[in-house]
Amino acid sequence: MTKSRIEARFAALKAQDRAAFVAYVMAGDPDRATALKILQGLPAAGADLIELGFPFSDPMAEGPPIQKAAQRALKDGMTLKGVLDLAAEFRQGDDTTPLIMMGYLNPLVTWGFEAFAQAAAKAGIDGLIIVDCPPEEADPLADALDAADISLIRLATPTTDDKRLPVVLRRTSGFVYYVSVTGVTGAKEADAEAVRPAVARIRAASGLPVAVGFGIRTPERAGAIAQVADAAVVGSALVDEVADALAMNEDVTERVLSKVRALAEAVRRARTSLPA
Amino acid sequence: MNAPTPPATPNDFAAYPDAQGRFGQFGGRYVAETLMPLVLDLEAAYLATREDAEFQAEMADLLTHYVGRPSPLYFAERLTEHFGGAKIYFKREDLNHTGAHKINNCIGQILLARKMGKTRIIAETGAGQHGVATATVCARFGLPCVVYMGAVDVERQKPNVFRMNLLGAEVTPVTSGASTLKDAMNEALRDWVTNVEDTYYLIGSAAGPHPYPMMVRDFQAIMGREIREQILEAEGRLPDAVVACVGGGSNAIGTFHPFLNDEQVRIIGVEAAGDGMGTDRHAAAINGGRPGVLHGNKTYLLQDAEGQITEAHSISAGLDYPGIGPEHSWLHDVGRAQYLTATDIEALDAFKLCAELEGIIPALESSHAIARLPDIARKVGKGGIVVMNLSGRGDKDVATVADHLGRTI
Repeated sequence: MTKSRIEARFAALKAQDRAAFVAYVMAGDPDRATALKILQGLPAAGADLIELGFPFSDPMAEGPPIQKAAQRALKDGMTLKGVLDLAAEFRQGDDTTPLIMMGYLNPLVTWGFEAFAQAAAKAGIDGLIIVDCPPEEADPLADALDAADISLIRLATPTTDDKRLPVVLRRTSGFVYYVSVTGVTGAKEADAEAVRPAVARIRAASGLPVAVGFGIRTPERAGAIAQVADAAVVGSALVDEVADALAMNEDVTERVLSKVRALAEAVRRARTSLPA
Repeated sequence: MNAPTPPATPNDFAAYPDAQGRFGQFGGRYVAETLMPLVLDLEAAYLATREDAEFQAEMADLLTHYVGRPSPLYFAERLTEHFGGAKIYFKREDLNHTGAHKINNCIGQILLARKMGKTRIIAETGAGQHGVATATVCARFGLPCVVYMGAVDVERQKPNVFRMNLLGAEVTPVTSGASTLKDAMNEALRDWVTNVEDTYYLIGSAAGPHPYPMMVRDFQAIMGREIREQILEAEGRLPDAVVACVGGGSNAIGTFHPFLNDEQVRIIGVEAAGDGMGTDRHAAAINGGRPGVLHGNKTYLLQDAEGQITEAHSISAGLDYPGIGPEHSWLHDVGRAQYLTATDIEALDAFKLCAELEGIIPALESSHAIARLPDIARKVGKGGIVVMNLSGRGDKDVATVADHLGRTI
């Protein structure tokens, strides 16, 4: 049941000949109430899918923006169960926007994969991206998620060569996340022309939509990526809005959602037909 | 809470890890996908060096003439008398070039990095000993070196920071988290994932993703092999116990590994208990943590009920790490090794005792192992033999110790 939200959303976008805009927000950043308001406002602001970060103390693949977002969320007391509660509350008002949780393995190890997967399915989670769980280590988690009908979204990167690609794509479902730059989140900028052949290669090998992230901060860049990929993901630039709004004592929700509107608009305008 | 679960006793304790980098349930390769091809390449390159006679000869030559191996096995006569039990021997890694065991591993890895055509070296460091050893081999081979070091450690290990600078390394203070070794390792991993083409990550501990725990152990196992030969020559038999301090655990695993299949040799690691195991300010992953995943491997970790990693606390920067190498976690679970603890105060007392009775100023790290020697020597008893790895010298620690004694220097 839950898997179909991702498939349905990409099918609908394909029918409209446009790429998805994926917004990443950190659950509980800067506090639970604000994070819920942001989450609830994302679909109307133009987010086609939502990546809901869950905080970890040692996020090894994140640049400073998401590191700080995780610290704000942890400081406010966010827990893994709290993230699922947020998701469940969001689901009460939205049963169609796919919710993908993104984070690190250890909190899931602590909960136990099976119990977590069942709880996540109940909360309306559609997919999971676990940064420090490569395919070689993923089977126990994938088994638990399969049983709960949740997609384990796989990551392909510029270092994924043809030999490795089948390993990465084994047991994948939903979509494939292409990490467009070597580096941490929010540090380098993705080059749409360099991304184009990689996306085509992964799409052909997987038969799945390909989302591109890790190097998109501006509407211009999001629009360029939307011309070559099935989805453009923005994370660091959105959590930076949280930090900036806090620093300038502005309305956090409005800052984030207005950035989302600008990015989503650029993605919607980007093209009229999917590239072959 | 961490009573060893009794898995089947393996026939060959020294035969691990398996092809997936596992020691039982521990170890593995929990890294970002960007790094997976790199750790697979590294594993292949490392395994090739095991068969490469030229590589082995170059390493042996450097270990002899540059590091000063073999390090002596020294009979600590006055400490033996003082404790009144088994004979105490020290493996004198403090006499190595750069003052600790860390250089053994750095020699192996710098040769591997060169063989792989890497042109830039990064490392993490806690006390600064691994940073100094890495900076040293980088200077020796003319490679640029960036050392990530927690800002707190930069402050408490100033002489080592200056040494690294003298050796031409760039020391980057890390201010995320608690600004100690764990955070330095996060930052080094972030550098590696960013600079995948040219950069070699020279990990100093027997931790991290496979193949590091195996490779670092193998490079450090020269200590255990020498101990075997030296004690056979001195005493005509193997020791009753081998003892080492454990942070990440590279000096310990290098000491233990050649003895794993000698059932009569007790294997004892000593974790840092900081303010005490009854407090939450310690660095004892096995005695005070539970299994989890961090820095590329599954192992015992200090963490809260939610699986968030908690900060370690120890007077010794080199032991101030919330995890431990995965092989130690496994040796604990299968019951082959025993992990004790020593507090800051016990380590300080041992530090002074060793200086006064043996004329050796030990590293604060090694002092944790010395602190448990009285109990171990008594338990093994007169006529017995205990070998402790004196993993480093304490020159770097004199300011810290003076501070704790309320003295200014």
